[in-house]
Amino acid sequence: MRVKYFAWVRERVGKAEETIEPPATVRTVEELIAWLSGQSEAYAYAFEKPKVIRTAIDHAHVKADAAIAGAREIAFFPPMTGG
Amino acid sequence: MTPPMTSCPVTIRIQQDDFDIAREIAVLTESRTDIGAVVSFSGICRADEDSSKIAALTLEHYPDMAEEEIKRHVDEAISRWPLNGVTVVHRVGRFMPGQNIVLVLTASQHRRAAFEAAEFLMDYLKTSAPFWKKEERDTGTGWVEAHARDDEAAARWTRS
Repeated sequence: MRVKYFAWVRERVGKAEETIEPPATVRTVEELIAWLSGQSEAYAYAFEKPKVIRTAIDHAHVKADAAIAGAREIAFFPPMTGG
Repeated sequence: MTPPMTSCPVTIRIQQDDFDIAREIAVLTESRTDIGAVVSFSGICRADEDSSKIAALTLEHYPDMAEEEIKRHVDEAISRWPLNGVTVVHRVGRFMPGQNIVLVLTASQHRRAAFEAAEFLMDYLKTSAPFWKKEERDTGTGWVEAHARDDEAAARWTRS
């Protein structure tokens, strides 16, 4: 699946997007965040406060317990500050 | 005989260029006789915030999602208020104090719907549309933190 990062999550991860293949045991957004956090220090830093991170699946906001099965694009970002 | 026009044209744009409020209102109201009220909100980059002055703001966004998310809230506004037109323009890029950032226009037959819908849309634009601001100050550069007051402002529109 394609993953995108925005704002300080992007800066901390060090890239704007990538394609990842998490193991089948990773089923929800919070499990994906935990799995990514274990991949490197950069991810661990980006996701150090997982409750702060907002997530969108296929361009719609989702909660941490949302299933990632079938997702084409998952995005992680801080709380929005537009307008 | 032409039937009375009750359509609600929607314009949503995300752009780097500035917008011209008068022109956007003219486009919204052109050849319409059913519109009795247009509310316009513009958000402007300001320098004064806390103790140190903001020198510039950079707006980042999630291009594919931003328009869809704005559209979802415009659709909800149209379902909640009798609107005759909505325009949302959100700029991205780097802005200096005094420059326009966002424009919301709501048109209706009467003022109350236009006022309320504009406020509703702005409250959700701030808390739900995927845009992020980075500030440059003489003390350094950093991402703007989300305010609880903005979440509270959006929450008051939640229907039980």
